[in-house]
Amino acid sequence: MKVRVKLFASYREIVGQSDMVLELRDGATVQMLVDCLKNRYERLGSLTDVIIASVNKKYARDDVVLSEGDEVALLPPVSGG
Amino acid sequence: MGSMILVTNDDFSVDEVLRKIRNKRTGAIVSFVGVVREDDSGRKIKMLEMETYKGMAEKELSDLKDKAMEKYDLEEVTIIHRIGSLSPGDNIVLIAVASGHRKEAFAGAEFLIDELKKVVPLWKKEILEDGEVWVEGGH
Repeated sequence: MKVRVKLFASYREIVGQSDMVLELRDGATVQMLVDCLKNRYERLGSLTDVIIASVNKKYARDDVVLSEGDEVALLPPVSGG
Repeated sequence: MGSMILVTNDDFSVDEVLRKIRNKRTGAIVSFVGVVREDDSGRKIKMLEMETYKGMAEKELSDLKDKAMEKYDLEEVTIIHRIGSLSPGDNIVLIAVASGHRKEAFAGAEFLIDELKKVVPLWKKEILEDGEVWVEGGH
């Protein structure tokens, strides 16, 4: 299945793009997607243990199972205000 | 107009928001304005670049508004957060709260800015004299 990935702030700069489409096996979870990106982009893996993610614009735990067409975002620690 | 949630490149008028937020039940209005500092822990800031996750930020702000209105019995809540390039002295964020009484208004405004800093997908990059740095707060 294909999911859309969005990257923000420091993660976007590390990866070098703000948007990508990833092909994952059916039943893949948020954690699997994050691990896949950490393997592909070494600096993402070395930067932090825990990466917070959202699925379809809602914060999601790492055991959430993804579906075809989901929009998953990797969110660095926020710093608004 | 009453309550409003807005993430925008444009500056805001505090006066205008405070004029529009009141209604006949309002007994207290509290506003908080966050401003770009020139200095952060000794670092001299030339500019800030604010980035957001469009759609999710508005949704999180709207959830916070609902939570605050229920928890502190508020009448109206307006939150405006700016994105894009900001200079020292520029407005970053406005929280305005209207309620029947002052205690709820103060507590509600404090709750909203504290929670905004923890959960709303907004990121701040400091452009310094000698480089740039992403500020990473809390989740």
